[in-house]
This record gives sequence, structure tokens and C-alpha cells, in this order.
Amino acid sequence: MISLEKRPQPSRAWSLATPLVAVLATMVFGGLLFAMLGKPPVEAIRTIFWDPLFGEFAFYYRPQLLVKGAPLVLIAIGLSLGFKAGIWNIGAEGQYIIGAIVGASVGLAFYPYEAWYIFPLMVMGGALGGWAWAMIPAVLKVRFGTNEILVSLMLVYVAEQLLASASLRFLKNPEGFGFPGSRNLQDYPSAFNADLIAGSGMHWGVVAALIAVIFAYVLLNRHMLGFHIRLTGEAPRAARFAGVNPSRLILLCLGMSGALAGLAGLFEVSGPAGQISIDFNAGYGFTAIIVAFLGRLHPIGIMLAGGLMALTYIGGDIAQSNLGLPSAAIQVFQGMLLFFLLALDLLTNYRVTLRKSEVA
Amino acid sequence: MDLSAINPVLLIASLMVAATPILLAAIGELVVEKAGVLNLGVEGMMIIGAIGGFAITVETGSPWLGFIASAACGAVFSLLFVLLTQVAQANQVASGLALTLFGLGLSALLGQSYVGIKPPQMGKLDIPFLSDLPVIGPILFGHDPILYIGIALTAGVWALLKYSRVGLVLRAVGENHDAAHALGYKVVRIRILAIMFGGACAGLGGAYISLIRVPQWTEGMTAGVGWIALALVVFSSWKPWRALLGAYLFGGITVVQLNLQAAGVAIPVEYLAMSPYVITIIVLVILSADKSSAPAALGRNFHASR
Repeated sequence: MISLEKRPQPSRAWSLATPLVAVLATMVFGGLLFAMLGKPPVEAIRTIFWDPLFGEFAFYYRPQLLVKGAPLVLIAIGLSLGFKAGIWNIGAEGQYIIGAIVGASVGLAFYPYEAWYIFPLMVMGGALGGWAWAMIPAVLKVRFGTNEILVSLMLVYVAEQLLASASLRFLKNPEGFGFPGSRNLQDYPSAFNADLIAGSGMHWGVVAALIAVIFAYVLLNRHMLGFHIRLTGEAPRAARFAGVNPSRLILLCLGMSGALAGLAGLFEVSGPAGQISIDFNAGYGFTAIIVAFLGRLHPIGIMLAGGLMALTYIGGDIAQSNLGLPSAAIQVFQGMLLFFLLALDLLTNYRVTLRKSEVA
Repeated sequence: MDLSAINPVLLIASLMVAATPILLAAIGELVVEKAGVLNLGVEGMMIIGAIGGFAITVETGSPWLGFIASAACGAVFSLLFVLLTQVAQANQVASGLALTLFGLGLSALLGQSYVGIKPPQMGKLDIPFLSDLPVIGPILFGHDPILYIGIALTAGVWALLKYSRVGLVLRAVGENHDAAHALGYKVVRIRILAIMFGGACAGLGGAYISLIRVPQWTEGMTAGVGWIALALVVFSSWKPWRALLGAYLFGGITVVQLNLQAAGVAIPVEYLAMSPYVITIIVLVILSADKSSAPAALGRNFHASR
């Protein structure tokens, strides 16, 4: 008879080990999945995890790691603050889209005028757009007690329709020969979020992600607000007695995560993507949820997790072209990872003991 | 713009079809939440049911077998949620999200070879005389059998919760799992059964979309219906008949919106398409003031300590 005994304190060792064990378990079961699809499992896993870093064409893929990892880390850092306090923003995908639309609109409003201040204004626009979109569930929760999970998610679908509207109507390129999509910001130097060192993949989004990691680390460990966030998540009643204002916390957490998601969208649209198009969003907002959990809601962990998740995206693309692995297989792979992670968390919070069953 | 092209009888009939997947999923989730479990994986279970039911229908040629398979797929898939929340004591919100993300990926993978196929159709109810009545016929007696099963399920769940001992125990588990445990009820076992029932209902709802409402398979075709169903459970204050009312309301919005698109109203398509989601939010805001009817143990895990 296996029985579970709740640990008085979550185990630190297991808390650090579970993400690694979860990744290993995902590799094993993912390999089985690939084998069932008739692909060589070991080669597939090597293609996903090894080739982008050390393979023959790694010089091309390594910059991609930063390009794909930056938005994931930016969004996940914001989400983790809320998740820690039990505030569930799962609509980061929507905030990402709105950030991109607002940011791109600011830039395109100046077209073709060139000035140094255009890009900073776009960044502010992106952050504000994401922030405003996240304020909808936040204000509704504070004012009416509406469930923020459902509202933030519904707003993703609304944002997707706005994105379609932007690329077909109000941001459509007037010189685009009728094709949907906005002007390409890559051809507009004042608005282009170019690599800071050519070919390195290191654009402003990567810098912002690093700043966000440091900011979140300091906030959580050295600042009263960070303490309040952790306290609310672990002991909501105690937090109330300690004078934490739950409404303020909801507004701040959702606002910060929205602004960061908006920034991620802006850096993507002004850099790697280049333009607003119907299929601009690639699900970063949802994958970032996995990144946040895989990183144990800890800033440094999220940075590492973001890198790993970016690796599966890039490796998945390579496996798709080299081995014919379907793109959905990578999605399954990422979902599997979250599963193992949540399941293995058991070991962090409980002690598993074998004992003879006895009559209580 | 030609609004006269919209036929009110057909509108109501198609409203009922649009409402059925939401209703099925919401009734299942209602039972799950009554047992004190918050499963946010409805969308994932629905899409697994959608592809499972679709695949079996195409392979066997029988929509009935397809629907049975979809319920089985949904229930089996919900076991993953059981494993996470009831066995591994994981956070229910995170586990539900995991179920949805995983389900969307898995369904896309499984469904690759089914894109662009037309499934065999399920016959419509045809009662001689009754189905031919002018207005009442197409609205009340001209649908596929699953639509009636959805309504019957609503009545069944209502009666079960209100009048039966099983319903009483289920509610006790959802209101106060410690007290229920002290009385000797198997909290975890009851919750597992409720979650599987929810999974089966969501699976049926998903298959209804892929087999009857659309009917074909496309990736991510549930498009938020599972989430609307979750909102609907809140909207209904955990009462089955109100869930039916709500489902018809949302079905109505969807259908009217599609009809307006077809009629060429001067509002851009995108704004019409976002209306069901916006209205869901508005309804949630109006109704979320009253939280008294929510099961007290909703979302909290139970672990029997010695």
C-alpha cells in the first residue's frame, strides 16, 4: 500500500529536480510517441534537443533560440507574478496581439517620417496596449468579482478578431496590391527592431526579457510587493491580516503581465515578424504558461525554461523538415511536459511511503 | 443587406443545434463542479471527443458508434486530470490548462488524416404527422437524436441532483469534503466518477460539433466553446435548467451573428464574429455578483490525512 504524507515544508531538492525529471520523462514518452508515428525516436529527440545547439547548422539556429525564447520569457515572467498570488491570467495571447496592434499602429502613424523617438513610442504603445487589455479582466474582477480566468481567455478570441480586422482593414498596407497584412516594419528603419549585433538574434526584445528577469527577481526577493505576492499565494487569510490589499494586487499583477505580454507582441511585430498579419500570433501566450510552470514560477528558472521551450520550437521545425514529424507532435510534446511536471510535483509536497495497509 | 432572407423558424431550429454542444459540455462540467472539482480542461476534452467521434464515424460508417466513442474518449482523456488532481494532488487550475493544451495538440496530431473528409450523416427525427407540422415541426420534432439526448440529460441531472440520494452525496462532497469524508463517503472515488461523467459529456459535445453542426474536421474547431461552457456553469448558478436557458441564449447569439454575416449587414464580419465572446463576458459580469450558490469546496483538493 502506497501512502502519501504531506511534508511540513515543500522539499527544496525535489522542487529543483522535478523539472529535470519531467524533461527526461517527456523525452522518453515523446520518443515513444514518435516511434508510434513511425519516426526513429532517438534521432527525433536528438534533432530536437541537440541539432539546434551543436548540429551542422547550429550557427543559423542559435540566434533563433533568442528570437523564440525572448517573447516566451517576457510573457512567462509576467504570468508567474500572478500565478504566485493565485491570480490566473491565461489570456496573455490576447494581450500579446493587442500590444502588437497598438505598437504597430503607433509606428505606422508616423510612416514614412524618420525620427529616433518613433521606436521608443512604439514600445510604450505596445506595453500600454497589453496593459489595457489585461485591465479589462482585472477591473471586472476587482469591481464585480468576475472570474479572471474566463474573461481573460474570452478576450483572446476577441483579440484574434481584432487582429483579422487590423490586417484586412485598418492597418492594411495601401501599397500591398490588395493582400491582407500591414506595411512591413522591417522596411521602415525608424520602426524596425533590428538585431543589435547583426545576425546574433539579439534584438531589443531579448534585452527587455533579461531586464524583466532581473526586475522580477529583485521584486520577489527584495521588495515588499513581492513579499505580498508570495504571501497571498501561500496564505491568503494571513495576507489579509497583514494588510495586503487584494484589489491592488490583482490590478498590479494582471497589469504587469499584460504590459509584458504587450511588449513581447510589439518586439515580435517590429522585428522577426515584421508586419501585422492574420496569423501573426503563434501561441506564445499559451506556451508561456508551460514556461512559467516549468521554471517553477522563479525568474531564473523561467529564463532557463524559456530557452528549453524555444529549443523544442526550433528543433520541432527541423524535425518537421528533416524527418517529416508533424508540427502537432511538438505541441503534444510541450503539453506532455506540463503534465509530467504537475504530476511530479507530488514529490515536492508529499512524502511517498510504502507501508502495510492497516485498519484505521 | 437583406434581413427578410432570415427565416425565424429555421433560425430557432438552428439555434437549438448551435446550443447543443455548449449544453452538453456545460451539463457535464456542472456535475463536476457540484462535486467540488474545477476542471478547466473542458475545451481539451471536447476536441478529443470531436476527433475521436469523427474518426470512429468515418471508419465504421455509423454516427451512433461515433458518438459512443466520443463519450468514451472524453471520459478516458479526463482520467489524465484525475491522475493529476486526485492522485498527484496537483493544482486544479494548472491541471485543467494542461489538459486543454495537451488535448488541442493531440487532436491536431490524430486528426491529420481526417481533414477534408465528409462524415456519414446521422438521420433526423422523422415522426409522421408531427415533423410535418408547419412551425412546430422543424423546431420541436425535426432534429437529430443527440439534441434530444442533451435535453434529456439536463432533466436527468436536474432530477438526480434534486431528488436522489446520489445527488445529495455528490453535493455534500462538493460543499464540504471533510464532513463527507467523516460520514464515510469516498470523496475521491465520487469525484473521479463525476470528472469522468464530465469528460464523457464534453466528448459528446465535441463530437456534436464535428459530426452534426459543421460537419467536418478542422484543427482547433471547438474554438472556445469549452470555455463558453465553463462560463455558462457560472451563469447558471449551478442549476441545470438555467444552463439550458443559457446555452440557448449563446446558441441564439451565434446563429443570429452568422445570419447577419450572410445577410451582409454593414458591420464588418470580425466584429460580428467576436460578439459571442463579448456577450459571454458581459453576462459573466452581470451574474458574478452573486456567488452564494457556488459549491463551497470548489477547486480545493482533498487529501485524507491520518
